[in-house]
Amino acid sequence: MQYENVLTTCVYCGCGCGIYLEVLDGKVVGALPAKGHPINEGRLCIKGWNVHDFVYHPERLTTPLIRDEKGGELREATWDEALNLVASRLSQIQSTDGPDAIGFLASAKCTNEENYLLQKLARGVIGTNNVDHCARL
Amino acid sequence: MDRLASLQEAVKKLLDSGEVDGVLALRADGPATTPHLFQPGDSLEDLRLWPKYAIPRTMDMLLEADPEVKLGMVTRGCEERGLIEMAKRNQVDMDRIAMIGLACTTEERDACRCAWPYPTHIDVGEKVEGTADALVAEHENLSAEERAAFWKKQFSRCIKCYACRTVCPQCFCEVCVLEKDLWVETGTLAPPFPSYHLIRAYHTVSKCVGCMECERACPADIPLTVLYTLLRRDAEEMFHYVPGRSVDDPPPLVVETMWQGD
Repeated sequence: MQYENVLTTCVYCGCGCGIYLEVLDGKVVGALPAKGHPINEGRLCIKGWNVHDFVYHPERLTTPLIRDEKGGELREATWDEALNLVASRLSQIQSTDGPDAIGFLASAKCTNEENYLLQKLARGVIGTNNVDHCARL
Repeated sequence: MDRLASLQEAVKKLLDSGEVDGVLALRADGPATTPHLFQPGDSLEDLRLWPKYAIPRTMDMLLEADPEVKLGMVTRGCEERGLIEMAKRNQVDMDRIAMIGLACTTEERDACRCAWPYPTHIDVGEKVEGTADALVAEHENLSAEERAAFWKKQFSRCIKCYACRTVCPQCFCEVCVLEKDLWVETGTLAPPFPSYHLIRAYHTVSKCVGCMECERACPADIPLTVLYTLLRRDAEEMFHYVPGRSVDDPPPLVVETMWQGD
């Protein structure tokens, strides 16, 4: 029997609580607040205590999904296909309707660095200041 | 020999004996400390003593995951008493647990305001006597109205995160009444006074051993231990029952129910 705890950061919001994921024989079975962690000091909210629940959830998305036409069904796609589609549609909208026809929504669940990259893409590549974040959705 | 070296020796001895498949203890992980299952042959350099976690809860999970496994556990007074109450309710099998008794230091005792900071058999550390909880003494001087006002104010901060319930080794019900809309209304914060907290308090009577993990886990700093210590006092006065004292003491609820049925 192998039981160990892996230190990580809660993904549910921007606070960044320290969490131990309880790993039993290679499977994530629980979450514990990390004692002594400077952010949460051994405490968690209800989402943090249950953060492990989505790891093996049957409804968890594991591949990109594409809807080929408005009102159509979602179908599974590869990352390459999905990213190519997003890139080509963004370029198309940028050229036909202008950069301000596009907006970017960042997330508190991402790292600072990822959010920096998103606004860089918005401002530097597309050319719009339409950048907002999930807390205002 | 210092306390850590002495614990390392005791854990190594138990692992080397071949009697157990692993020893549940605490391990250093960078600046943090975490529960960990040490296995035979593992380095014990990272073994740690503090801060404690609610490891009887972990032990329950590990024993249930493999019905054949036998495990050692570095066990403080509160943790031994917790296991005893769980064993009485068929949550853990004491024959599958080999305990290494760890006495708490004065500092650890004071951090927990603990009245009973040592296990039945001490393998590591020196016994220090328990301390009276000053917060409880203060509370006892309040009138009934003042107590109600005190708890109403404390519980008004509750964010209903269920941490007190989730961390508690004695909260092992498969279906928790605190998640039933009938008893605890959903969609409101704080939960309506006093349903959530007093239901939980009643449910811990004769089980709560005062490990303090609920109070430590509470993001709203509610002094839950005060409530549970007073309930423990009442159970002792009324039923002469001390949770965790002996695996042979039948819980008062069982005894009283049998008496009622005679």
